[in-house]
Amino acid sequence: MASQAKQGSQKMQEYQDMANQMRPRKPLLKNALWAFFVGGLISEVGQGVQWFFMQHGLSAKEATPPMTVVMIGIGALLTGLGWYDRVVKHGGMGGSLPITGFANAMVAPAMEFRTEGLVLGVGAKLFTVAGPVLAYGLAAAFVVGLLRLLITGVA
Amino acid sequence: MAVIRLGPSTYQFENIRILAAAAVGGPKEGQGPLGAYFDSIWSSELKDHASFEVAERHLLLEAQDLAVKKSAVPWESIDMVMGGDLLDQLASTNFAGREHQRPLLGLFAACAVFTEALGLGAMAIAGGGPRNVLAAAASHHMAAERQFRFPIELGYQRAPTAAWTATAAGACLVSGSDAVTGEGGVSVESVTFGRVVDWGSKDPNDMGTAMAPAAYDTICRHFEDTGRSIEDYDQIYTGDLGVFGVRLLSALAQKDGKHWDERLDDCGRALYAIDKQDVHNGGSGAGCSASVFSGFIYNRLLKKDLQRVLLVATGALFSPTTYQQGESIPSIAHAVSVRRL
Repeated sequence: MASQAKQGSQKMQEYQDMANQMRPRKPLLKNALWAFFVGGLISEVGQGVQWFFMQHGLSAKEATPPMTVVMIGIGALLTGLGWYDRVVKHGGMGGSLPITGFANAMVAPAMEFRTEGLVLGVGAKLFTVAGPVLAYGLAAAFVVGLLRLLITGVA
Repeated sequence: MAVIRLGPSTYQFENIRILAAAAVGGPKEGQGPLGAYFDSIWSSELKDHASFEVAERHLLLEAQDLAVKKSAVPWESIDMVMGGDLLDQLASTNFAGREHQRPLLGLFAACAVFTEALGLGAMAIAGGGPRNVLAAAASHHMAAERQFRFPIELGYQRAPTAAWTATAAGACLVSGSDAVTGEGGVSVESVTFGRVVDWGSKDPNDMGTAMAPAAYDTICRHFEDTGRSIEDYDQIYTGDLGVFGVRLLSALAQKDGKHWDERLDDCGRALYAIDKQDVHNGGSGAGCSASVFSGFIYNRLLKKDLQRVLLVATGALFSPTTYQQGESIPSIAHAVSVRRL
């Protein structure tokens, strides 16, 4: 039994090189521009919502949590309507990175796994997409917090 | 009926026919350039079924039932049903078997399963076993997305080389009863079973690159065993190499001094209007080659647009687990030669 992998490693490498050369490229500049404007637009909307709360007597710091709630609501609503995936299709990270993208990452699996029931479906699969972000986001926050304490002395 | 071993991987048959074929597709497939060739087009991806998995099963059942009805062979005379799908534990194929109650051989070769079933069915019949074999395969875009990729409503950007799993099913009734003779039908001439080929591709968003060497290997061995060349075929249809995969296959042939461009096409590329339907590399899935053959190619053979076709369904044999563990993507291709009588 002559394993193919051992026989033709040079042939394989040549093939992969050829494929890499011929492969259609991602439209990087177009994608970056879309991400900039979609991400920018979402951020502008968030800023507008924050100003709205500030108009009604909250300080900038106090207005942040209700703004976040509204933006998560918008992201969840657009996901439920089946529109948010189109936002990210064009906007890429500009759609994924804002808090609305996080809402999308939570609501999409919740909708998806409803067919497997509330416990083993929605409950178990709710964090399939957002889980890694949460786990490493929290870990990073601890590291950054520790560094801040060591450097500035402020906890 | 007889089966002749032509070479290490190719078998030739006598008097094995496709009595009838049927293809069922989803809404997007209906809007594509081959929409008119489908026997039935669903108005939505779910069509009132409780889940996408149930929808896939009914897609398969509908194609199987239509093929049997068109052949005028009663269901009770179907000696064996062969085929597969992409869902874990071959859920669609097996649960469809719960409905049709015929002896069932569930097969897995990812998207290459349709030609595996067609070839194996023809072999079984030619060997003097069953008289009527129903070969079928199905896939559903949403069910595949759920299993292999991300939740449907999750936003993400697809790579230019990413394939679009087709919501489609195809079924062919293969028969060897000697009563059927004369002109007018489509015969299953020969089959070349593929071996697993892995040239080190690792990107599941570019299965064309992973599968093109498998298609090349099988086609070359088919020509070697049969003594034919590409000129003997009006068209070679690969399963779901897509736009990029077909270019790579052509380039592989070119390197060996063979010019395949003109007679090479791909079911996944043909199924959609690539520029307009936003499918990137083109269609894929077990139902892709099954439906394009059972609808489009079979009808073109019947209409004498085509005389002889080699259908080379291609399958990427990876799972989400093997991919996550860093393994490359092994692929396989099975080729079936069909001819207008």
